[in-house]
Amino acid sequence: MSYCREDGKDRIIFVTKEDHDAPSNAELIADDPNDPYEEQGLILPDGGINWNCPCLGGMASGPCGTQFKEAFSCFHYSKEEVKGSECIDKFRSMQECMQRFPELYPQEDDKEDSSQESAPADGSASERDSSPSAVEVSPENPPPTVNPTTS
Amino acid sequence: EGLPEALPAHAPYLLIGGGTASFAAARSIRARDPGAKVLIVTDEPDLPYMRPPLSKELWFSDDPAVTDTLRFKQWNGKERSIYFQPPSFYIRPEDLDGAENGGVAVLNNRKVVYMDVRGNKVKLDDDTEISYDKCLIATGGIPRNLQLIERAGEEVMKRTTLFRKIEDFKSLDKVSRNVKSVTIIGGGFLGSELACALGRRSTESGLEVIQMFPEKGNMGKVLPEYLSNWTTEKVKKEGVKVLTEALVKSVTCKDDQLEIKLKDGRVVTTDHIVAAVGLEPNVDLAKSAGLEVDSDFGGYRVNAELQARSNIWVAGDAACFYDIRLGRRRVEHHDHAVVSGRLAGENMTGASKPYWHQSMFWSDLGPDVGYEAIGIVDSSLPTVGVFAKATAKDTPKAATEMSGTGIRSESETEDTAVSPVASDTPSPAAENKDDFGKGVIFYLRDKVVVGIILWNVFNRMPIARKIIKDGEEHADLNEVAKLFNIHED
Repeated sequence: MSYCREDGKDRIIFVTKEDHDAPSNAELIADDPNDPYEEQGLILPDGGINWNCPCLGGMASGPCGTQFKEAFSCFHYSKEEVKGSECIDKFRSMQECMQRFPELYPQEDDKEDSSQESAPADGSASERDSSPSAVEVSPENPPPTVNPTTS
Repeated sequence: EGLPEALPAHAPYLLIGGGTASFAAARSIRARDPGAKVLIVTDEPDLPYMRPPLSKELWFSDDPAVTDTLRFKQWNGKERSIYFQPPSFYIRPEDLDGAENGGVAVLNNRKVVYMDVRGNKVKLDDDTEISYDKCLIATGGIPRNLQLIERAGEEVMKRTTLFRKIEDFKSLDKVSRNVKSVTIIGGGFLGSELACALGRRSTESGLEVIQMFPEKGNMGKVLPEYLSNWTTEKVKKEGVKVLTEALVKSVTCKDDQLEIKLKDGRVVTTDHIVAAVGLEPNVDLAKSAGLEVDSDFGGYRVNAELQARSNIWVAGDAACFYDIRLGRRRVEHHDHAVVSGRLAGENMTGASKPYWHQSMFWSDLGPDVGYEAIGIVDSSLPTVGVFAKATAKDTPKAATEMSGTGIRSESETEDTAVSPVASDTPSPAAENKDDFGKGVIFYLRDKVVVGIILWNVFNRMPIARKIIKDGEEHADLNEVAKLFNIHED
């Protein structure tokens, strides 16, 4: 059984697991998926890409941000049978840029470890590590490169 | 030898201040404006870095070189630097103009001393002028000090640390290894975290760690009294001698030590003081820029979209903003700096979004007290706390956790040998059957939940954020508490 006491203006309730077994009858307001004030995910309601999505880490803002955006946009809007097959040059350009900054964009063999440790981007994890680069995937562990030949 | 390279005369995006809010804004601007050229001007020598590890993780590192590497272990186990990005992320200010794809440049060791809003330009302390299209003020603040310490003279001041920056962390680390006794004045987040960090060290080094503050318990302005008292006992178990209801009357230097006299007659002798008594928001540019300063909360007054005037936004500790759900406020937490910096960056690149995604904050005080919080968490508000009842099967958390057992018994031994002048007033007979191991605390204003603390329960922030966002009156908060599954891990 739960027990409850008052400490001045503060109320204290102790509850057992059984006390909290029955589903809550508290009412929450239904969320509007198109609420313009809310944080957006990777894909915007109009189908475009949200470059400011925390899930992208620093990819769109760093020194290779322009190349990243061009490659990823090309892939995203590609209507080819093999999606993104016309974007090879842009991906190459992006990779060439990233190779110049190994500190920011660890190379292929490091990615195995990095992707395991990337923080989930859906906000379900604690935001204690929140930083523009840590609540998402940090540039020290970038998300796996989008490879147009696999999908 | 060619001509000296010039700093840019114009920055499309000028960010004043090089901390968390500024960096978050830079990221946001670069993501949204292709090829954006962003110039950060900071009076600090460092690139932008995270502040929380300076009073938390860095103190618990096993690496003896931590004061140089400034690396720490994250929540997810992976190590990282406190710097948001390594130097290669940035471009040099001199290269900003010619950067084909733009970039973020940081100009260190320069202070903006004058802002000409009509002319859309600023002047630095070396008389350099830089014009801008969009400007962010993210100047944070400087630690407050007790007036009576400031007036106590050089010998006292040089034995006093005001803690905020990397250099303060390095300095306090060094001091803590070289003195026998350190006293922290202040019972809020920073003071309590530093006390616990130093308290943990004290077990190996024999360092005496004292913490004193005017409130009745640690986090007295944040936690309801019963929880503040409970927390204070936990802080003591971290090896800290806590003096509550302590008002400092004077501080003098005698025989190379500091003598702190309290108004109630207690006297504390110590080697070094850390003053953690709040932050003074930096509004130095208000006068020249003609910007409004808020008289209730301090800081620059901005609207819900964080704008002060045309082309000028403010984010982070220095921003007193209108929160459309919770009202006008000013927030001094890390996640708020990230959220507000990001939002300012969005609005500087054409969005017009109000502050809506509620930021959160957290604190850990030893192995038994870890909490996350959101919204307005002010102990003067009525609260409803729902805690998991310890069953007959549960053993007291403190006894089963880690190697804390050994530490606790050591500090109990220390307590019996304490010097008479620093003795605690005996705590009122506590009803030890109330173990506030884990739960959720709701803060109410006019029957609406405006703040929530998740007490030793984690990964529930989204539901807490949702409840605050809804802003509904709930007849039974125990029903709301069910949504948090406090009995699960």
